Amino acid sequence: MIISIASGKGGTGKTTIATNLAVALGPSVKLLDCDVEEPNDHIFINPEIDHTETVSIKVPEVDMDKCTLCGRCQEICQFQAIVLVGKTVLSFHELCHSCGGCMEVCPENAISEVDREMGIFESGSRDGVEFGHGRLFVGQVMAVPLIERVRAAVQPDKLNIIDAPPGTSCPVISSVKDTDFVILVTEPTPFGLNDLKLAVGMVSVLEIPHGIVINRSDLGDKKVWEYAEQEDIPILMEIPFDRRVAEAYSRGKLLVEELPGWKEEFIHLYEKVADHARGR
Amino acid sequence: MQEDGDVKELVVISGKGGTGKTSLLGAFASLAKDMVLCDADVDAADLYLILEPEVNERQDFQEGHRAVINPDRCTECGECRRLCRWNAISPEFEVDPIDCEGCGVCVYFCPAEAIDFPLKTCGELFISETRVGPMVHARLGIAEDNSGKLVTLTRKQAKELATKRGLRLILTDGPPGLACPVIASITGATGVLIVTEPTLSGHHDMDRVVELAHHFGIPASVCINKFDLNPDMTETIEEYAGQRGLPVVGRIPFDPVFTEAMVQKQTIIEYNSSSEAAQAVKGIWERVISSL
Repeated sequence: MIISIASGKGGTGKTTIATNLAVALGPSVKLLDCDVEEPNDHIFINPEIDHTETVSIKVPEVDMDKCTLCGRCQEICQFQAIVLVGKTVLSFHELCHSCGGCMEVCPENAISEVDREMGIFESGSRDGVEFGHGRLFVGQVMAVPLIERVRAAVQPDKLNIIDAPPGTSCPVISSVKDTDFVILVTEPTPFGLNDLKLAVGMVSVLEIPHGIVINRSDLGDKKVWEYAEQEDIPILMEIPFDRRVAEAYSRGKLLVEELPGWKEEFIHLYEKVADHARGR
Repeated sequence: MQEDGDVKELVVISGKGGTGKTSLLGAFASLAKDMVLCDADVDAADLYLILEPEVNERQDFQEGHRAVINPDRCTECGECRRLCRWNAISPEFEVDPIDCEGCGVCVYFCPAEAIDFPLKTCGELFISETRVGPMVHARLGIAEDNSGKLVTLTRKQAKELATKRGLRLILTDGPPGLACPVIASITGATGVLIVTEPTLSGHHDMDRVVELAHHFGIPASVCINKFDLNPDMTETIEEYAGQRGLPVVGRIPFDPVFTEAMVQKQTIIEYNSSSEAAQAVKGIWERVISSL
């Protein structure tokens, strides 16, 4: 099974849910942090990293000895990533989506693909919990190819927990696509609700079963509960604001290890998710 | 009319989400004069929830194309499926609109010319009036690609509006993260204010956006929200900022007054300007604006 954790709004507690859920459920769980722009799960998991690889994407390289300046590569490219300028062809690697169109269309076979490094993928473990994440290099524009590398580490025979980045656009879609259940983490504020609605819209388009965790459930108003009832979305867990929780988080500590009762809460959360995922 | 270069732009970013960018920017809007507001977090735009803009102008945002196979012309030769690197075309020769990257390779090579390539409408842009000043904001369509182009367009419209009305300042609410939308929200800005929180995650994510601002040569300053949730970490972050030569423009205490103000659709300055948190925000505003 693959459970993903998402939220429209940032800072609602995705990392808290993902890391505590993984450790509460113990060995035979795989935790994958797909927030490659700002990965945080490793801070709480402290994994021993035993594998590091550089992740690259394919970008074109033009052999000017073979190029006849016909301009077809420029014509096919939808992203202005390869351009004919005077007597040369320039390729802008940061704009390239690696579709391979220029290479395919070139009548002289003058274009080949080379690797461009965009981030690193690391994996390891901690007390039997397997861990993987990506770190996008600073200044890189596209996160999705690195997210796909992290997703490729999913092991179908295990319970996989995926921590997605905030938002509802392409990096989030790549993270939650083809997962069995999405836990949407929100807070009961106007911003939280607005962004929750966007996230529900996204998982509905993707047709993935989903439920809500309400964090800092006593700060704000009651509109998230009203919305959940109206839309018939299950509320899986509520976490009231607690300075001890905020403080443990600030030091990179896990609730299931620092404070009593939380391990049971997270096991219960998993049981609810499993019931809902099976129920549909 | 004034010159383009007279308009200054402050962008609020954070790396980590949920540190308080939008609440802080809303408060700044209550304190600033002669400015245009710009919500560049087009993926999860929230500023409008506090400022309740009256929309004067609405534009469709069109960007990129999607492949659509016309079954009447398709001979099912399979060339498109062979070429597509996104596995977006099913064995039944239907294109999955979410997986399609819009690269057009299938369109170009289809021997039966059976693939249409319509332009996509993937969001909306609004030019509005609010009680604190004009505002440019946008909404990205659900499950659309946030390439940063809508962010760029939103900022461009804000700049045009500022120039047209003779306003000298743009306050821009940036998105969380580090990649395309954030890069599009800060390039060419006068300065960025990084809002962080005293947590290991906040510190980690701030380091990465500090590096990003540096990479693009944009002057950055830092403020720490909810600083009293971990005073030791606050000091660690301030020391780090000092070492990197970043001005620390203030600390804001944890205060439910932010949430209460949001629920009332008010900025914290409007809701309770004498609260300790509001006073802290005023101090930050004065330091940021004088350094811009």
